[in-house]
Amino acid sequence: MGELRAYVALAGAQARSAFSYRASFLIELVGNVGATVFDVLSVLVLFRATDRIGGFDLPEALLMTSITSSGFALADFAVGNVDRLKTYVRAGTLDAVLVRPLGALPQLLLMDLPMRKMLRVVFGVTVLAVALGLNDVDWTPARVLLVTLAPLSCAVFMGSIFVISASLAFWWVESGEIGSAFTYGGRDFASYPITVYGPAFRGLFAYALGFAFVAYQPALALLGRPDPLGLPAWAGFASPLVAIGAATVATIVWRIGIRQYRSTGS
Amino acid sequence: MIKTKDLQKNFAVRVKSGRFRREKRVVEAVAGVSLSIEAGEMVGYIGPNGAGKSTTLKMLTGVLSPSGGEVEVCGLQPVPQRTRLALRIGVVFGQRSQLWWDLPLHESFALLRHIYRVPAAEHAARLRRCRDLLDLDDFLDTPVRQLSLGQRMRGELTAALLHGPRVLFLDEPTIGLDVVSKQAVRSFLAELGATGDVTLVLTTHDLADIERLCERLVVIDHGRVVHDGTIEALHARYGSRRSLVADLSSPLPEGFVLPGATLVGVEADRHRVTFALDGVTAGAAVADLVTAVAIRDLSVVEPDIEDVVARLYAS
Repeated sequence: MGELRAYVALAGAQARSAFSYRASFLIELVGNVGATVFDVLSVLVLFRATDRIGGFDLPEALLMTSITSSGFALADFAVGNVDRLKTYVRAGTLDAVLVRPLGALPQLLLMDLPMRKMLRVVFGVTVLAVALGLNDVDWTPARVLLVTLAPLSCAVFMGSIFVISASLAFWWVESGEIGSAFTYGGRDFASYPITVYGPAFRGLFAYALGFAFVAYQPALALLGRPDPLGLPAWAGFASPLVAIGAATVATIVWRIGIRQYRSTGS
Repeated sequence: MIKTKDLQKNFAVRVKSGRFRREKRVVEAVAGVSLSIEAGEMVGYIGPNGAGKSTTLKMLTGVLSPSGGEVEVCGLQPVPQRTRLALRIGVVFGQRSQLWWDLPLHESFALLRHIYRVPAAEHAARLRRCRDLLDLDDFLDTPVRQLSLGQRMRGELTAALLHGPRVLFLDEPTIGLDVVSKQAVRSFLAELGATGDVTLVLTTHDLADIERLCERLVVIDHGRVVHDGTIEALHARYGSRRSLVADLSSPLPEGFVLPGATLVGVEADRHRVTFALDGVTAGAAVADLVTAVAIRDLSVVEPDIEDVVARLYAS
């Protein structure tokens, strides 16, 4: 309980720090929405050329895109700054964090929470609401639950990928952009119906790595559409499980990584 | 309070050998340090750059895991019991901050209260004491980024003490400070140490810190302890002696011998002479000298710890 309050206090401090530079905060806040707007725009532009992508029409595809972008925006807001881990390792911030009586990862995340990315989450959720309105969803209690769980699971899943790719910095301080291939690449992959990808690529990203469960399967379950690729209807509800699996892997990788740091001190 | 036995830390460094091949070479940063520090002691931990001071400190505070040997601080194992240990120790890094850069100083203190789960009354009492002793009141409302280094260091010391640690680790706490701020930090630490509630371990390159604060001195070089004892013991061991410097009215006669002392310096046409006192008191040496030659001025010089340590590092 006391620990939770400590984390809340840390997040509050970060918010106050960001607001202490009021003008630049506002500019960054607005500037940052741009990125998420473009994700959605690129889908809209695609539908000017064709009216179906991979067998899905615009409102259906937009539902997948909006689950991905709201979840990704949330993950990027909460966990995205973990890719600055290499800076923390170099600057010794990690040492300062390790002498405090709290978990190292939550401290690093909360001490540097990027408040400027907040508006992206708001935008993503707005598009999700619009997409839900455009589709004719047959609302059942299970679907109401799913529509709240899907973006959260997506956020947990994407956040795990952020943590895993940032953990590379424990082994190679100059890990550079390898991680971005999976974070931003994964977001772009999940923004479209996975039926558009070739079988090999899809097999790897969608099923082996789990990106199908980020937006595609939950969207199908919300729409009540059978999966053209043959997975049963309950696959949409598997997304929280996939997210928990990813989070478990991320925790293990982080733990191994921090042990590596402590034994090399680099 | 602190116990280490044969504590070791090896780093693997990759060295280029040939065009593509890289060889792994093991560097022993700490090569078997055994220390036992009792509660309430004030220990200075010194050594040249790269001797393994910071590495030892990081192993004691739970930042790095040892490659070998045993370590126990406050009865806990630093790395496996890191968060429990963190509640009982305070750490001040001279070169990096524990404070929130963009927030007023007092907000950092309030945050630390939450992080360390300190009851409000205890926190207030400790803060009150630090405010009085370190004169914090003038800049409590200033964002940390606008503080001078001296002010910030006073803030760091307060931050490290608000949870009432049993052991305080200070890594170069006076680095970069001006004379006045150094004095302020030293007298605060001296007062803190005098209470006997806190065990102090400090690393420094400024030996004045040690002379002012620490009874006990641990010197480390190439990862090994080369001296562990009082400053006096260090002087005795390395034969550093007090010396007598005299300005004479007439040149010192050739072949003059001062019993129990050695002539070590002659300047200004034999008008200024320096004797190292081997086994004789300063009083006796002065009396002997005055009867032999006319003296204009006289001083007794204490051995310089800087010289001793420089010799120690060089050997």
